[in-house]
Amino acid sequence: MSGSDVPLRPPRESLDPRVRLWWRVHGLAWPVLVAVVLAVLGWLIRPLGWFLPVAGAAVVLGLVVALVFPAYWYRIHRWELTDDAVYTRAGFVWQEWRAAPLSRIQTVDTTRGPLQQALGLATLVVTTASAKGAVRVAGLDHERAADIAERLTRATQAVPGDAT
Amino acid sequence: MSAPETWRRLDGRTVLASAVLALGACLAAGVPVLLGQRGRDTFAFTLGFVVTAMVVLVVAATVIEYVRLARTRFRVGPDRVEVHSGILVRSRRGLARERVRSVEVTADPVLRVLGLATVRIGTGQKASTTDRPLELRALRRPDAEGLRRDLLERPVVGTVPADPEAEGTAPRDETLAVLDPGWVRFAPLSALTPALGVAAFGALLQGSDWFGLQRVVIDDAARVALALGAAVSLVVGLVVVAVVGTVASLAVFVESWWGYRLTREPRTGALHVRRGLLTRRSTTLEEDRLRGVAVIEPAAVRLVGAARVDAVATGLSSGQEQRADPRGLLPVAPHAVADRVVAEVLREPAAPTTQVALRAHPPAARTRRVRWATAVCLIPAVVLALLSLIGRTGLWIPAGVVAVVGIAAGTWLGRMAYRNLGHGLVGRYVVTRHGAPGRRTVALRRDGILTWTLTRTPFQRRAGLVTLWFTTAAGDGAYGVYDLGVEQAVALAAETLGEEFTPYLREARMTA
Repeated sequence: MSGSDVPLRPPRESLDPRVRLWWRVHGLAWPVLVAVVLAVLGWLIRPLGWFLPVAGAAVVLGLVVALVFPAYWYRIHRWELTDDAVYTRAGFVWQEWRAAPLSRIQTVDTTRGPLQQALGLATLVVTTASAKGAVRVAGLDHERAADIAERLTRATQAVPGDAT
Repeated sequence: MSAPETWRRLDGRTVLASAVLALGACLAAGVPVLLGQRGRDTFAFTLGFVVTAMVVLVVAATVIEYVRLARTRFRVGPDRVEVHSGILVRSRRGLARERVRSVEVTADPVLRVLGLATVRIGTGQKASTTDRPLELRALRRPDAEGLRRDLLERPVVGTVPADPEAEGTAPRDETLAVLDPGWVRFAPLSALTPALGVAAFGALLQGSDWFGLQRVVIDDAARVALALGAAVSLVVGLVVVAVVGTVASLAVFVESWWGYRLTREPRTGALHVRRGLLTRRSTTLEEDRLRGVAVIEPAAVRLVGAARVDAVATGLSSGQEQRADPRGLLPVAPHAVADRVVAEVLREPAAPTTQVALRAHPPAARTRRVRWATAVCLIPAVVLALLSLIGRTGLWIPAGVVAVVGIAAGTWLGRMAYRNLGHGLVGRYVVTRHGAPGRRTVALRRDGILTWTLTRTPFQRRAGLVTLWFTTAAGDGAYGVYDLGVEQAVALAAETLGEEFTPYLREARMTA
């Protein structure tokens, strides 16, 4: 399950431990929101009474996701900053291993959603010239992320060329 | 040509071109309206209204265009290209010359008659949609060609501007391919042909509506259909669609590829594609932007042994605003021609796409392909079965027949997809091929690869397969080698990327 059958080594570092709390809140927020809407509808409108058990099921599902999965995700999602690349592994079901060599990096940003801000987390976004999309490390300590972003930016500026 | 540092303006005749285009648009909209009103009491009123509206619109368009031209200026400095423009909102856009990736010179029929051309300067940045190419509409044709040369020949500092008149013939360019009129025979094999045939019917109905004749057309068609009977009229309809589609696809081919010529400028090595009957297109591709080529064989085209060649290069947008894809290096042509063009474009003695010994993927990839293709081919049968279930229309027998045909077709397609699946290394290139019934073979230069990505879906994991992506700044951004065995994928990545990949292997293997 953990991708141990792939002969690639796992990246060295795990995410910030607080990321599990972030995932839990995320995992609960959507089902709870849906459940509230369903419950209100089911309560107000007689014929939609069967919405109430569906709302309950959504909450249970959210609880399962929030309680069970983050522990697995935490084991799977890893990242590493090597001397010349950013290396990530992500995805519990749809798995992905990616590397972005420093010489090919174009921009390094950090982004923080409201919940991430509350938890002191940040997402590191490393873009290369490929249209395939950026390499993201979601759930680092925000000061660490800013520090890495600055280091990477300086390192990539030292490399000549336009990174294509 | 003016001195490099001075501000330059667009050509004044652009106003005339825009006025003509505005008039054309007004006529296209106004005439059907008038024809529809013919014979009614309100015709005189409508006529007056339409003519007034046309005059106002054409004058407005002309004035706006005049102001736009007056407020647009540009200059090409030693390091930067700058364009100041905008009527209400002033915009000052600048571009470092070293970021210029492509310069495209196009001329629609009106501009051509007036001897003008539009220049589009692209940076090839796809990251943001706001980063549009700089567009200069329009310049005198020799000026446009001169600007294109200026911008792309920057490695040679202080060159004497070439004689503008000499450009048309361009004797110094090495010609790699020219249009063979015989290639037109491949045009109807495009997947577009039936669509064009059907579109013609739509256009007929729409057109007759403008003349108030739609009812008549439909009634006539219905009468003819009734007289002929269902089977015959179906055949007749299909034949008409096929014939109209064929004619339309021939017309599209001639308009987009007439006068096609692929050349290489010997000094800079830049590739240059010129084509188009009514709208002339001229695209330049610097050699160091080229990362590889894609040989594309759509289903019917592959059957007759032909192929199309696209460039895999940075800075060629996939053409949202242009009608024709600027990536095209060669229209559908016999395989031998395609292979020769691939070799010449890449400056290789032979085409890597043919030289490569493609390696097969694990049998699990075949199982996956047969399964998917069968699932897709069974959709019609499922629909029929559902209809029988709901409507009790007794379509069970047709559904059964369609299901048997679907399973056969799916198995056949899946097996073909597996045969077409392959990858390999040859010289500086990594080659990947996939697809059925059409097929696409991409040769990507190994030093043009930015990095690798390994992905797998839950289905792939059960089958022990992965997909290896090589991301690049060019073309589609990433090219996949689909459904490789796990070990095979890691071996391919290691072989292709060499030292860049070894740090990610398990320690145990590094010492082994």
